[in-house]
Amino acid sequence: MSAITEVIDRGTFVAGLASLPDHCVLDDDDELRPYECDGLSAYRVKPWLVLLPETVEQVQFILRYCSAQGVAVVARGAGTGLSGGALPLDNGVLLSLARFNRILEVDTANRLARVQPGVRNLAISQAVAELGLYYAPDPSSQIACSIGGNVAENAGGVHCLKYGLTTHNIARLEVVTIDGERLTIGSSALDSPGYDLLALMTGSEGLLGVIVEVTVRLLPVPERAQVVLAAFDSVETAGEAVAAIISAGILPAGLEMMDNLAIRAAEDFVHAGYPVDAAAIVLCELDGTNEEVSTQIARVRELLKSEGASEVRTAKDDSERQRFWAGRKAAFPAVGRISPDYYCMDGTIPRKHLGKVLATIRAWSEEYQLPVANVFHAGDGNLHPLILYDANKPGELERAETFGGRILELSVSVGGTITGEHGVGVEKINQMCVQFNAAELTQFHAIKHAFDPRGLLNPGKAVPTLARCAEFGRMHVHHGEVPFPELERF
Amino acid sequence: MADRDMTTTLCEQVTQACATHTPLDIQGSGSKGFYGQPCGGEPLAVSGHSGILSYAPSELVIRARAGTRLAEVEQLLHDNRQMLAFEPPRFAAESTLGGVVAAGLSGPRRPFAGAARDFVLGTGLINGKGEALNFGGQVMKNVAGYDLSRLMAGALGTLGVLLDVSLKVLPKPEVEYTLTQVCSQAEAITRFAEWLGKPLPLSAACWYDDHLHLRLSGSESAVRQAQHRLGDNLLEQQPEFWASLRDHTHAFFRRDRPLWRLSLPPATPPLALPGHWLIDWAGAQRWLFSDADAGHIRKLAAELGGHATLFRNADTDADIFQPLPAGLFALHKRLKAALDPAGVLNPGRLYKDF
Repeated sequence: MSAITEVIDRGTFVAGLASLPDHCVLDDDDELRPYECDGLSAYRVKPWLVLLPETVEQVQFILRYCSAQGVAVVARGAGTGLSGGALPLDNGVLLSLARFNRILEVDTANRLARVQPGVRNLAISQAVAELGLYYAPDPSSQIACSIGGNVAENAGGVHCLKYGLTTHNIARLEVVTIDGERLTIGSSALDSPGYDLLALMTGSEGLLGVIVEVTVRLLPVPERAQVVLAAFDSVETAGEAVAAIISAGILPAGLEMMDNLAIRAAEDFVHAGYPVDAAAIVLCELDGTNEEVSTQIARVRELLKSEGASEVRTAKDDSERQRFWAGRKAAFPAVGRISPDYYCMDGTIPRKHLGKVLATIRAWSEEYQLPVANVFHAGDGNLHPLILYDANKPGELERAETFGGRILELSVSVGGTITGEHGVGVEKINQMCVQFNAAELTQFHAIKHAFDPRGLLNPGKAVPTLARCAEFGRMHVHHGEVPFPELERF
Repeated sequence: MADRDMTTTLCEQVTQACATHTPLDIQGSGSKGFYGQPCGGEPLAVSGHSGILSYAPSELVIRARAGTRLAEVEQLLHDNRQMLAFEPPRFAAESTLGGVVAAGLSGPRRPFAGAARDFVLGTGLINGKGEALNFGGQVMKNVAGYDLSRLMAGALGTLGVLLDVSLKVLPKPEVEYTLTQVCSQAEAITRFAEWLGKPLPLSAACWYDDHLHLRLSGSESAVRQAQHRLGDNLLEQQPEFWASLRDHTHAFFRRDRPLWRLSLPPATPPLALPGHWLIDWAGAQRWLFSDADAGHIRKLAAELGGHATLFRNADTDADIFQPLPAGLFALHKRLKAALDPAGVLNPGRLYKDF
C-alpha cells in the first residue's frame, strides 16, 4: 500500500468537480465535522473533502478524477462501523454513499432484492415483510447500518450460526473500480463463471472497489421462532451447555451468552426481565416449522437443565421473545450507560477454549484495573469483551487498547481470529501482524495491487505494511523464524 | 488412510516450477479430470498429502489435508451424525477433499443449505511462488484480511495448490423423505418458486422425465406435517435418487452428447433449447444434453441472468466456461498474476488465456 504523502490544493481539486451539483460537495468545516469518525469514535480525523454523489455515473466520475489526480478515497456508508474502516483522511476524499438509499427491485419468484448501498439493513426486511420474506443477517446496528457497509465489512449478527454472514446472503454486486470502471460481480443465479469475486469483495473494507448496488438473497420468514433463556452460576458451565446443544444435533437460529456485568447493564437499561444474580445467561432461539420448534424447544430445555442451568424460561409469546432479545441487542449501549467509555473487542475463538480465554480476560481485567463485560455470540465463537474505561482519566485509553490488543492476540493463539465481524479497519491493524506472517501479508498486498495498483482506496486500513509490523514489534513468529529479518527494528 | 504431510516437498516442486516457468497440472484423484479445459502441464500429485487434522463435533468444523478422501471425511461425519451440507458430488470413490473445494461443485441440497464455497472457513495453500500460506481459520466468523480461502472454491487450482481445508459441518437431519409426482417442467418450476418462498423443510427439488422430486428434511413431525401440506398426491420414493443425481450415476447422465450445465435464476421458465433436460436446484441448475450451438446456448443463458458450462463430452478445443466481459476478464488475469506470477498453476484449466 503506497502512502499518500501529498495532495493538490483543495480549491484546485474542487474546481475540477464543477460538474457535480453544489449540494454533493462539502468543504466547510461545519459540514465536514459530522464525518470525522465512524462508530469507533476514539479515532477522529476531519476529512479533507466530503463528496455525496447521487448517481453511479457521478461515482465513476469522482473515482476517475481522484485516480487521475492521485487523491485517495475512503468510502462511507452509514458510519456505524466499529473498527474505523470509514475513518477519513486529512488529505483525501470521503465518499459518502448515503444518498444511494432506494430499493430498486424485489424479485419475489427468485427471492432477491436489488438495492442501493445506502439502504439500511433493517429497511430491506421491512420492505419485503408483506411477501413473507426477510434478509437474514442482522447486525445489532441493523436499524442504522447500510447494506453497502455490511458488504464491505462482511457483517454478521446474532443469527449467523444458522443463516451465515453477509457473504452467504448476497447474490450480486455492482462495483466501481478506482479507474471508474463499473463491474458486475456475481449474478441472479446461484453462481457465476470465473473466480468467486463476490467472496473476495465481501469484507474487503473498501480497499478493492466502491460498491454501488447490492442484490441480496431473501429467505421465507420462519413459521415460528421461540427463545429460551437459561441462567447459570458460572460462565464455564454456560459454555458447556452451549456445546451440549450443538453436540445434540440442534442448530439454533441464535445462541448467545452474556456475563453478569453485561446482564445487569442490559437489565437496568431495557428491563428485559433478566436474572441479575446469574453469572451468565444463555439465549437460545429456535426457528422453523411449528412442529420442529416444539420438538426442539423441549429438547433444549432438557439439555439446559441437565447441564446445570439454575433457571430455564421459554418466552411465552412474541412480545416476551422480543424483550429477551432487546436486552442482548442493547448490550453495547447498555454498557455505555455504566461507563464513560468502552472498548469493544471482536475476537473469535474455537468454542472449546471459552473457559480458558474468559479466565485469562478476568485476570487481565484485574491487572489493568479495568472492568470487562462479556457479550458472546456463543454459537459461532465470536466474543465481544467490552473493556470499560474513562477517556478523561490519563492513561486509561492506552491501558484499554493494550488490554484489548492482548485479548486479540490470545484469540489468535488459541486458533481463532482477531476479528469475527467488525473488521480490521484502523483499530486492529497492528494485530494483523500477529495473525498473518510476512508472506501472507505480502500476498494480500498483491491482491490489492491487482485492483488498485496505486493504493488510493482506503489507504492505511485493513492490511498493514511490513514496515508497520516491524515497528509494532509483536509479530507472527512461525516455526521460530524471526519475521522480516531484512527490516530495521524500531 | 495415511496421515502424511507433504507440504515441504510440494512447496519445493512449485518453487522449482516457478523458477523454470514449468506449468504444473495439479492432480488429486483425477475424478474430475473431465471438468474444465485441458491444461497439459507436468503432473503435481497431491493426493498423498492426506489426513484429518482436527475434528470436534461440538465445534461444527473439520480440517483435513487436501488429499484426504472425501469418502473418509463423510464417513467420520456420518459416525457423528453430521454432514457436509453442500452434498459434494463423488464422481469416483477416490475423490479428494481438495478436489471438492477446487472444483467448487455442490449437490442437490445447495439451494437450501449453501454451496461448497459457503462452507469453506479456511485454507492452507501454496501460491505460485511456492510459499505455503494460511487464510481464514477454523472458526465460523473471521473477517481478518481478504477472503482468499473462499476464493479458492471453484478456482480449479489456478490460484493455489490446496494443502488443507477447514469446512463448516452441520448436523444430519433426523429424517428425510423423498416424494415424487407427475408434473410438467413449466409447472414444476412454478411450484418450486412458490414452495421456496414458504417456510417448508425442503432440502432438494428436481424435475426430470415429467416428474418432480422433492426431499424434505428435519424432525419426524415437521416432515410429516410438510408432506401433508404439500398435498396427498405426492408419493414416497427411494432416497438413493439424490445420490445418483449428485454423482451423475443416474440413467439421465448416460448419454454421449455434450452435457451443458445452465446456472439460471431459479424461476426462469423452461428454455426453448432442443435436447434432454433435468432441472435441479429448484430450477437454478439445469442439465441439458444437446448438440445446439454453444454460442446460442451461452447467449440465451446470459440474457436470462445466468451462464452455461460445457460440463462433459466437449470437443477438445471448445470453451468450457462462459466467456467473461472484458473488464472482468482483465481483472481475473491480474488476480491470477497476483497469486501465481509465473503462471505455473494449472494454466488454461479455467480459461485458455491464463
